Amino acid sequence: MSAAPEELRAEGLSLGYPGRMVIRDLDLTLPPGRVTAILGPNGCGKSTLLRACARLIAPLAGRVTLGGADLRRIDSRALARRLGILPQQPLAPEGITVADLVARGRAPWRGLLAGWSARDAEAVDRALAAVAMAGLRDRPVAELSGGQRQRVWIALALAQETDMVLLDEPTTWLDLPHQIEVLRLLQRLNRERGTTVISVLHDLNLAARHSDHLVLLGPEGLVAEGPPAAVLTEPALQRAFGLAARVLPDPVSATPMVVPL
Amino acid sequence: MRAALALLAAAVLLALLVGPRPVGPGTAWAALTAPDLTDPAHVVLLTQRLPRLAAGLIAGAALGLAGVILRGLTRNPLAEPGILGVNAGAALAVVAGAMATGRGDGGLVVAMAFPGALAAMVAVFLIGGGLRGGAGPMRLALAGAVLNALLMSLVTGIVLLRAESLEVLRFWNTGSLSQAAGRPLGAMAAVVAAAVLGALAVAPALDNLALGEAMARGLGTRTARAKGVALALVAALAGAAVAVAGPIAFLGLMVPELARRLAGGGMRAQMGAALCLGPAILLAADVAGRVVLPPGEVKAGVMTALIGGPVFIWLARRIRPGALA
Repeated sequence: MSAAPEELRAEGLSLGYPGRMVIRDLDLTLPPGRVTAILGPNGCGKSTLLRACARLIAPLAGRVTLGGADLRRIDSRALARRLGILPQQPLAPEGITVADLVARGRAPWRGLLAGWSARDAEAVDRALAAVAMAGLRDRPVAELSGGQRQRVWIALALAQETDMVLLDEPTTWLDLPHQIEVLRLLQRLNRERGTTVISVLHDLNLAARHSDHLVLLGPEGLVAEGPPAAVLTEPALQRAFGLAARVLPDPVSATPMVVPL
Repeated sequence: MRAALALLAAAVLLALLVGPRPVGPGTAWAALTAPDLTDPAHVVLLTQRLPRLAAGLIAGAALGLAGVILRGLTRNPLAEPGILGVNAGAALAVVAGAMATGRGDGGLVVAMAFPGALAAMVAVFLIGGGLRGGAGPMRLALAGAVLNALLMSLVTGIVLLRAESLEVLRFWNTGSLSQAAGRPLGAMAAVVAAAVLGALAVAPALDNLALGEAMARGLGTRTARAKGVALALVAALAGAAVAVAGPIAFLGLMVPELARRLAGGGMRAQMGAALCLGPAILLAADVAGRVVLPPGEVKAGVMTALIGGPVFIWLARRIRPGALA
């Protein structure tokens, strides 16, 4: 991992499909070394933005830069060593075990003819330990609970050893305790390893609790960005979601807590 | 892997020794080390069984490997060159070329089989809704079944039109190893060997693609290129198999399932297993065909269909609705 974390920026970015623009002329800097959550109503382009940041889709206009360089100019493998993406609903091959799935995260580091190296094995062990799945490493993934399975996918992204991890709705389909578990895990990775974490999330209050930086999108584009207390305001929620709400301090964490009216 | 190699070794021995005229191991060894062309057993072994063995190794390895690649690419256990009509496309191109030029030699076969396989594969993926089978695995299998039936009926039509050369052309209706001696074995062995290297090179990309398109790209795979290479390899392998053995059904269906059970989920391990299991099954089918109805002979392609049909039904019943979409 490089010493100075790199900045992911959108510059004049327009995304969507011919005839339906989802994001229009967006300028945005995602702060390095922090935990960022992208929030907004359904259909506002949260996932589209995240996918563009991982070069899974090409911009209609503008560009995404990583450390100042246009993503499209970075070699596929080189990018995969710097930026990991956990998409929504990835597929687990039939019959694969936990350790074998996590090992797939080493792909960008392995040469065409190079075998499995000690470094690869260490990275997998570390990733499994980080998500507390080392004891289940030989289990078939199909036998795991939803929360465990999500931890395995996160471990795959960790084994990839990138400075930056992008996650598309990593808590969807999980019950509340598992959502909190995943968000705490991501926060801990950020604190311990300095990994830049950028997720698309739905739950405003959990996002406020577990993020350093929020990006709030609305139907008309970017509504607000910054620390949670500056972003989750009553007028901003009205603009982004058309939602009338009170914002109170969370009695436990003191972060903003959204109470719909 | 050891089990697969043992199976292959057993099949090779059977292919050399068993037939309407059994040959003892000692005679076989003598024929290979000190051939005596006045001994009929040596002649049978050298001019019949050795070429058949070579054809079985080439076509079996090609179809087994093609099946593993296609299954990995589509996540569809029903996707194999026989069912998808790729073998039939190669066979039709060969037969049509033979009718148009009046030639039937190895050069023509080689020149026609590959474009035929490629054209059929492009057609089946266009009809079947793309690589991931946008409309589900059944649509791709159905598109293949229809295309296969259409192409094979055209082959039959052409074969029947040319009654005078019926025996030669009938080879293209159902695959068999019986005409191995007249087939371009050396050239096709080279094609398969090159395709094996290509397949091993593209295997890590296929491993990544098995996690989904987005994940694969996130892991640094150039997915469009990998898919293009993989499909070109399948067309080359199917073309080579048809050129030496005609259209052999269901082999590409049975082998990947067995290879996955034997070797686990990794692509390279599965490919290695398939390279042993494909020839083992095809040679066993050929040997069985030689002995079940003496003095006649049942074609290897019929034998693989007899075993493969039930395997197809079993695999099709295992697909849960939407599970592979």
